[in-house]
Amino acid sequence: MTSWVQVCRLDDILPRGARVIPAAKGEIAVFRCSDDQVFALHNRCPHKHGPLSEGIVHGHQVACPLHGWVINLESGAAAAPDIGCAPKLPVKLIDGTVWLQIAEGN
Amino acid sequence: MAGMRTVEELLKLDPTRYDITVFGAEPYVNYDRIMLSSVLAGEKQVDDITINPRAWYTANGITLHTGDPVVVIDAKARSVTAQSGLCVGYDRLLIATGSKPIVPPIPGLNLPGVCAFRDIRDVDTMIDAAATYQRAVVIGGGLLGLEAAWGLKRRGMAVAVVHLMPTLMERQLDEAAGRLLQRDLTERGIAFFTNGQTEEVTGTDRVTGIRLADGRAAPADLVVVAIGIRPETDLARAAGLEVNRGIVVGDNLCTSDPDIFAVGECAEHRGQVVGLVAPIWDMAKVCAHHLAGGADLAYSPQTTATRLKITGIDVFSAGQLAGGEDEDEVVLRDARRGTYRKLVLRDRKLVGAVLYGDVADGNWYFDLIRRHADIGDIADRMILGQAAAQGSSGPVKLDTKSLADDAQICGCNGVCKGTIVAAITSKGLTSYDAVKSHTKASASCGTCAPLVRQVLADTLGVEPDGPAIPTVCKCTDHTHEDVRAQILKQGLKTQAAVRAAMAWKTPDGCAACHPALNYYLLCAWPGEYVDDNQSRFINERVHANIQKDGSYSVIPRLWGGTAKPAELAVIAAIAQDYNVAEVKITGGQRLGIYGIKKADLPAVWARLTAAGLVSGHAYAKGLRTVKTCVGLEWCRFGTQDSTALGKQLERLTWGTWTPHKFKMGVSGCPRNCAESSIKDLGVICVESGFDLLIGGNGGTELRGTDKLCHVTTEAEVLEYCAAFMQLYREEARYLDRTAPYVERVGIAYIRQRIVDDADGRRALQQRFMHAQSFLQDDPWAERANHGVDAREFQPLPALGATP
Ligand code: SRM
Ligand SMILES: Cc1cc2nc3c(=O)[nH]c(=O)nc-3n(C[C@H](O)[C@H](O)[C@H](O)COP(=O)(O)OP(=O)(O)OC[C@H]3O[C@@H](n4cnc5c(N)ncnc54)[C@H](O)[C@@H]3O)c2cc1C
Ligand code: SF4
Ligand code: FES
Repeated sequence: MTSWVQVCRLDDILPRGARVIPAAKGEIAVFRCSDDQVFALHNRCPHKHGPLSEGIVHGHQVACPLHGWVINLESGAAAAPDIGCAPKLPVKLIDGTVWLQIAEGN
Repeated sequence: MAGMRTVEELLKLDPTRYDITVFGAEPYVNYDRIMLSSVLAGEKQVDDITINPRAWYTANGITLHTGDPVVVIDAKARSVTAQSGLCVGYDRLLIATGSKPIVPPIPGLNLPGVCAFRDIRDVDTMIDAAATYQRAVVIGGGLLGLEAAWGLKRRGMAVAVVHLMPTLMERQLDEAAGRLLQRDLTERGIAFFTNGQTEEVTGTDRVTGIRLADGRAAPADLVVVAIGIRPETDLARAAGLEVNRGIVVGDNLCTSDPDIFAVGECAEHRGQVVGLVAPIWDMAKVCAHHLAGGADLAYSPQTTATRLKITGIDVFSAGQLAGGEDEDEVVLRDARRGTYRKLVLRDRKLVGAVLYGDVADGNWYFDLIRRHADIGDIADRMILGQAAAQGSSGPVKLDTKSLADDAQICGCNGVCKGTIVAAITSKGLTSYDAVKSHTKASASCGTCAPLVRQVLADTLGVEPDGPAIPTVCKCTDHTHEDVRAQILKQGLKTQAAVRAAMAWKTPDGCAACHPALNYYLLCAWPGEYVDDNQSRFINERVHANIQKDGSYSVIPRLWGGTAKPAELAVIAAIAQDYNVAEVKITGGQRLGIYGIKKADLPAVWARLTAAGLVSGHAYAKGLRTVKTCVGLEWCRFGTQDSTALGKQLERLTWGTWTPHKFKMGVSGCPRNCAESSIKDLGVICVESGFDLLIGGNGGTELRGTDKLCHVTTEAEVLEYCAAFMQLYREEARYLDRTAPYVERVGIAYIRQRIVDDADGRRALQQRFMHAQSFLQDDPWAERANHGVDAREFQPLPALGATP
C-alpha cells in the first residue's frame, strides 16, 4: 500500500538545495532545482553511500559530496561512466507544498 | 632514428625499388629518442614516443628484426650476419648505428645503480631507482645530463650534477648564460659540483656515492653518466670501411664502399660528426635520393640550434657562441626579468645567438643566421628582438609571413615552412593536430608549436588558436582567463549573467563551474556580489569538513599554532559532551574535533565562539594555517620572533577566499622547522630580516618554493604577503594552487609585479585589504549566534510510524 504525505513547503528548501527527511529505512533527500521542480531520492550515493543531500545541484542532477559522482535526479541513475542508482521516490508539488509518496513501512 | 627516417624518405621516392630488411639492437621498434627526456620527467609514456608501429613495417613490406644486432658485415660477399646467426645478403647497405655513451676510465662504473642516458633501458633503470631510492648524481652538465637531472628531480630524487667545466653546457652556451642556467636550476633544488673531476664511483654491492679528484664527495643511490657520445663505428671498422671519428661519408652519404651508405651520428662528413636530429633529417633526405638512383642532391651541413627541454627554463643557442677578431658581440642583460641575450655579428651578418630566459625571438635570429641575411640597417636594434628591430610596437607577434618557404620551422623533424603550407593547402588541413600528424612539425620536442600554429593561421587567414588552455568546465569553451576578463569588462555580476553573456552550453552549469564562477564574481566585486552558498562544495557551505560517514570535523583557528588553557579546556569539554570519536593534532598545528553530526554543528560552534575561538577554515579554498616555529622566544638558533610574525600574518589574511587553499609557514632560522619552503607563502627569518618564499606545495605534487625576495621589516613581510595573495586571487585559475600558478606565469613575472613595481604592489595590497573588510566575519559565530542558514542544519520532521 502507498500513500502521499505532506513533507514541507517548497520555500523550506533553498533553490538548488536539498533537505533531509529521516525515515525508518534511512534518510530521504528532497531536492529543489533552479526551475523549482522537486525530486526525492534515498539519501545514499550508489558509490560509497555519500549523503547526496549535501551535493551541488545543477540542472536536474546532483554531484555527490564525497567523490563527485553525478546522479540524475529524475531517475536516480549515476551518470556514465559510473554505474549505479539511488532509488527514487515519487514527489509532487501542489500549491507550494511538497508531497511524497511512500510505501508502507518506510 | 636516422636509419628509419632514410627508409621513410626512400619509400616516398620509390616504394618498390628494394626489399628492405631492418636489424635493430634494441628490443623495440624505432622510437623518438629525443623524447626520452620527457618520459623520464613523467610527461610522456614510452608508448607515446614510438615513431612507426610494427603494423607500419608490415604494411610497407619491411622485414624487421628487433633485439638482434648485426655482428658482422661481409663487404666482399655483400651480406650481414646478426647475433642470432641470421645472414642476409644485400645490394645496398645502410649503416645507422648512432652513438654510444662515452664511459670514462674510472673505477666503480660497473656497479648496479650506474647507467647512461641513451635508450629506453637506461630510462627504465632511472625510473625504477627513483621509486626506491632518494639520491642521484649525474655526471656531466651538458644538455643530456641536465635533462636527466631535471627528470630525476621531477621524480622526487635529490639530485646533484658533477660537471668538469666551470659553467654548464659550455658547448652550447656562453659563460653568462651557463651561469644563469646554473642559478635557475639551483633555485629548483638541483645541486652542482662544477670544476668537478670524478675520480671514483664508490660502493660494493650497489653505488653509494662518488668521489672527486679534489676530495669533494657526494652520496648517491643512482649515478647517471652523461659526459658525451662517441660514434658507434665498430662494425664498419671491422668491415674495412674508412673510419676516423665516425664512418667517413661523402656529400652523397656513401662510405668508402660504393654499396654501403651511412647516416646519423655514426657518420662523419667533412671531418664533422653530428649529435642533433636536424642535420640527420637532411642526411636522410639526401641518402634516400641516392639510394633511389638520384645523383643531384648533396648533403651540406647547416647551422644547428640548441634548446634545453626543461619545462620553464628557456635556453636557445645557435651558431657561433663568442666573437673573435672579426666579429662584434652585442649583449643585453635584464637582471630584473632574469633574461640575457647575446648576438655575434660579422660583416653585416648574424653568425651566432645565445638567448636565456626569453627565447621568443630565437626562431627569427636562427632564420637570419641560416639565410646569411644582410642585417645592415637593423644591426643596432636587433638585440631588442624582432618587434623592436622592425619598428612595430606592442607585444611581439610571431612573424611567419615574412619567412621564406625554406625557412625551417621544426628543427627536430626538419620541416620547413613551405612543406607545412603545402600540406595545409593540398590536404585541406584546418587544425593544429592535423598539421602536426601530417607533417610531423612540432611532433617531437614541441617548442615550435606556436610557430606551427601561426603558419596554419596565416595560411588559413585566421587568428591562431592557442595551445589547449583549459576551459572553465565542459559547459563552455571559454578559458578561465576569458571568463575573468569578461566579468570585469562587461560588468557581469551574477552567475546567470556570465552564463548568458558567454553562451554557456548548459544554462544551469555544472558542479565544476558553480564554485569557479562564484569565486570569480566574489573576487571581482568585493562587497557587492552576494556569495551563493549553493554553489559551494559542502565543506565550504557548512563550514566544516564532511567525513566519510557523513559526520563533520570541527577545527578552530589556533593562531600560529598556539593555544591558551581556556581554549584547550573548551575543546576538551566539547569532546566529552558530544562523545566525539577523536581529537587530533592536525598536520597544520591545530586541534581537530572529529565525528560531529551536522545538526550539532551550530551548538558546538556556539561554545567555541563563547571561548573566543573562530573557524579555522580547514575546509576552505582560502587561508588555512600559518605554521610557526618557536623562534627567537625560545629557540637557541632563533633570529626573529617567528611565532608572533606568523600570528600577524594569520590575523591579516584569515577569512579570505582564494582560488585554492593557501598555507603559510614562518621559520625562525634557515633550519626551517615550520617547513616554510613547501608553503604557498613561506618566511625564513634571518639575522638581516626575512626571506620570502612562494609557490611551494606539499600534497600530491611536491614543489619547493621559489625565493621571491629579501625584506628587512615585519611590516614589509605583511605588505608583500597581502600583495602576493591578491595577485594570486586575481590571476590564478580556480583550483590551481600557487605552485602551478607560479610555474605557469614564472617567478620572474611575480618578482616584477611584487618586488620591482612598488606602486603596483601597494595597489594590490590595498585591493586585498578592501576585500578583507567584507570577508573577515567569523562564519561560525554568524551561524551559531545569528541563525544564518538555520535551515541548512535542521532535518525535516521524520516520517514517523504513521506514514
Ligand atoms: C585534517 C588534516 C589531516 C590531519 O589529520 O592532520 C587534513 C585533512 C584533509 N586534507 Fe589535507 N589535511 C591536513 C593537512 C595537510 C597538509 C599539511 C600542512 O598543511 O602543512 C598538506 C600538505 C601541504 C600542502 O597542502 O601543500 C595537505 C594536503 C592536502 C591535499 C593536497 C593538496 C595539493 O595541493 O596537492 C588535499 C587535496 C585537496 O585539497 O584537493 C587535502 C585535502 C584534505 C581533506 C580536506 C580531504 C577532503 O577534501 O575532504 C582532508 C579533510 C579531513 C577532514 O575532514 O578533516 N590535503 N593537508 C590536516 C588539516 C590541517 C589543518 O589544521 O587545517
Ligand atoms: C635523452 C636524449 C635527448 C635528446 N634530445 C635531443 C634534442 O632535444 N634535440 C636533438 O636534436 N637531439 C636530441 N638528442 C639526440 C638525438 O636523439 C640523436 O641525435 C639521434 O637519435 C641520432 O640518431 P641515430 O639514428 O644516428 O642514432 P640512434 O637514434 O641512436 O639509432 C641508432 C640505433 O642503432 C642501433 N644499433 C647500434 N648498433 C647496432 C647494430 N650493430 N645492429 C643493429 N642495431 C644497432 C642502436 O641500438 C640504436 O637503436 C637526444 C638524445 C638523447 C639520448
Ligand atoms: S626554525 Fe630555527 S629558530 Fe625555529 S625552531 Fe627551528 S631551529 Fe629554532
Ligand atoms: S559516495 Fe558518492 S561519489 Fe563516492
